[in-house]
Amino acid sequence: MLYISRWKMLAIIATTLIICAFAIPNFFPKDVVDAWPKWAQRHIVLGLDLQGGSHILLEVDSNAVRQEKVNALRDDVRRVIRENKLSPASVTVKGNTVEVRIREGADARLALQKLQELSQPLGGLLQATGQRSVDVVDAGNGVFRLTVTEPALVERIRQSVDQSIQIIERRVNELGTVEPSIQRQGVDRVLVQVPGLQDPQRLKDLLGKTAKLTFRMVDMTTTPEQAQQGRVPPDSELLYGSASENKQPYVIEKQVVVSGEDLVDAQPGFDQRTSEPIVSFRFNTNGARRFAQATQENVGRPFAIVLDNEVISAPVIREPIIGGSGQISGNFSVQSANDLAILLRAGALPAPLTIIEERTVGPGLGQDSIENGLRAAWIGSFAVIIFMFATYGLFGLFANIAVAFNVAMILGILSLLNATLTLPGICGIVLTVGIAVDSNVLIYERIREEVRAGRSALNAIDAGFQRALATILDSNITTFIAAAVLFYIGTGPVRGFAVTLGIGIITTVFTAFTLTRLMVALWVRWWRPRTVPI
Amino acid sequence: MRIPLLRIVPDDTKFDFMRFRRISFPVSALLSIVAIALFFHNGLNLGVDFVGGTLMEIQSKQGPADLAKMRSTMSSLNLGEVQLQQFGAPTDVLIRIPQQPGGELAQQQAAQKVRAALGDTVDVRRTEVVGPRVSTELLAYGMIGLLVAICGIFVYLWFRFEWQFALGAMIANVHDLVLTIGFLSLFQIEFDLNGIAALMTILGYSLNDTVVIYDRIREMLRRYKKMPIADLLNISVNSTLSRSVITHVTVTLALLALFFFGGHAIHAFTATMLFGVVLVGTYTSIFIAAPILIYLGVGLGRQEADEPSPTKFEAEVTKMGKPSGVAKPAAAKR
Repeated sequence: MLYISRWKMLAIIATTLIICAFAIPNFFPKDVVDAWPKWAQRHIVLGLDLQGGSHILLEVDSNAVRQEKVNALRDDVRRVIRENKLSPASVTVKGNTVEVRIREGADARLALQKLQELSQPLGGLLQATGQRSVDVVDAGNGVFRLTVTEPALVERIRQSVDQSIQIIERRVNELGTVEPSIQRQGVDRVLVQVPGLQDPQRLKDLLGKTAKLTFRMVDMTTTPEQAQQGRVPPDSELLYGSASENKQPYVIEKQVVVSGEDLVDAQPGFDQRTSEPIVSFRFNTNGARRFAQATQENVGRPFAIVLDNEVISAPVIREPIIGGSGQISGNFSVQSANDLAILLRAGALPAPLTIIEERTVGPGLGQDSIENGLRAAWIGSFAVIIFMFATYGLFGLFANIAVAFNVAMILGILSLLNATLTLPGICGIVLTVGIAVDSNVLIYERIREEVRAGRSALNAIDAGFQRALATILDSNITTFIAAAVLFYIGTGPVRGFAVTLGIGIITTVFTAFTLTRLMVALWVRWWRPRTVPI
Repeated sequence: MRIPLLRIVPDDTKFDFMRFRRISFPVSALLSIVAIALFFHNGLNLGVDFVGGTLMEIQSKQGPADLAKMRSTMSSLNLGEVQLQQFGAPTDVLIRIPQQPGGELAQQQAAQKVRAALGDTVDVRRTEVVGPRVSTELLAYGMIGLLVAICGIFVYLWFRFEWQFALGAMIANVHDLVLTIGFLSLFQIEFDLNGIAALMTILGYSLNDTVVIYDRIREMLRRYKKMPIADLLNISVNSTLSRSVITHVTVTLALLALFFFGGHAIHAFTATMLFGVVLVGTYTSIFIAAPILIYLGVGLGRQEADEPSPTKFEAEVTKMGKPSGVAKPAAAKR
């Protein structure tokens, strides 16, 4: 155990120093590190609890997705009926199922065949699963039931999340924060983590809006008052203005003239006459053409700009708008005009998102936590170092050197992994200091025992290492299992704890097997001791 | 270099730990029952992570926070029983808003209301809003995680040792968890995700300790084929005692530093660990984990073992004093 070949010695020292070296970028300011080569820039990321920031978990409204999917199916069924002259037919929606009763005496076989064409294989060409998007059942007597399948819904939710992530990225990037992170979580969730934000409310406002913008005509066949009494024409709906417009009611046609998808640009600005904040926008060719046509046909009538089922404004068309650009005014503040422009540029979310978890830490608290954590770390390490020296003298010094390298290696590995350091993570490191010396304690106590049993110094040291190392491995694996489980179930700060704890265990075992042994071996070689000073 | 070194445990300690089991087992059983009773009677003070709702940490901008005034402001918001608690400095207040009826969105609205009501007089340092769905999941994951960890460690120990050891370690350490939960319940320490992390760590470290003793017992079992099991356990515990104590001193030093200087955010976490790792963990490995092996029938396959007798114990300890040869059976397997 005490003989270590020259090559092994070199390998141990080189490995230790290289791992420690990865921690170096953390001690230099960012602008200095930026000039270094890419591979040398890896560093520890401070968790949101330390640098301040918001952790927001969003969930796709799966009911809305379901509703949308079923409504789309209903519209498809109606189209099939129209195209194949199966009407008069009745189409009703029950849960995920669309039930259709076709005209008596119509060709049921043709109907079934055409309805079955609505069902597509899932998973595309590459991952064909054999599942289909719609179950079509012929219930006899000209009645067919079409059900949106569960896999189809899951796939749609997945797609919604993918699209949402892109749109959220665009929205969050407009806030100009450093290193926002937007990730899918599970099937229907998106985790947004934005560090160093002063105003989480604004972020939440930007995330929570679907931003579905539509331009539609105001229905003039009835008045809002009549509609409020329940008489809404079937092709229109009753919508309200925003709070700043006193929630004024409007009757708006369901048919969409132009939607937000046809926007190519939106910018905040000021109205030239009234100098109040506005949002100016530009349509693509398709949108411009349709908008021009609609405004030509409806001069003198009001149209409505609707955002997420809320009427922003309903101006009267004075003249056809042919250029494909226009402006929205609606009692905006500078900030709300700016945010609306961001939302319109980023596009609408495919389905509404709900905030189901929010954790925000202000920058002040984060700074306090760093200070407290570091102070505790220094004091704790110092106490342990003194105690170890008092207990084992020179060997205690070896242990302390090993622990110092141990902590440096933890920092190095955290940097290498670009891992996140949280406040519980700092606790994990402090605990590791307390625990890392345990491996030395195990070795030294064993040596003491062997000396007591009458062995010579060299023999005792050798046997002490040999027997203790097996125990060190066994005992650390149990803690490592706990850390691994914690890593899988934990989120955010707790996961940070599991990471430092786990890495700490690995480095502890490593230093016990190599560094401590190396130091003692060199000491034995140079000093040729007769007695063991512990 | 001849400064006397610190010896906390004298070299020739021969405490009869096994006889102490007649006290430690009933005491532990009683304490466990008390802990379970406390848990069912008082329950745990579950944090927002597990029951949902909102937690806000605020700092008054103008001197010490006026809790009474804040309380009346809160009660006018109709958000149920809002708890206010001073947190560290007199300017800092922790506000707990219970889960609001009306699903996910209602939680966000409640937090917004509180923020608006407090206005510019305070600095919101931390906000945690956990909706009903997430809190249910977190609690479930936490419990599943603990179970998985216990099972994982059990399986590992089973592979490394005989089943009696694995079972003994599990009984001992579930006992640790039960006592710690009783402690949490008694002092109504807030139990959140950090609490789960603390429990998991307690589990890991108590086992770490237990494994060190078991390792020694295994070694002794191989070396002394004829020694009565109780004596053998006594020797094992005594010879690892110094290590147990020294390691616990260092862990305690680290934890005390965290407790006193680590700030309020980790107070509950470190308090739980101090209790679980330092107080209970040490006691358990020595007074429960080792003696329980007698009842689980460890070493029965060797020679017939009698009840422990002090004289025999003394005799064996002296016998052990001789070096046991280089090619020892214990090292052969490694």
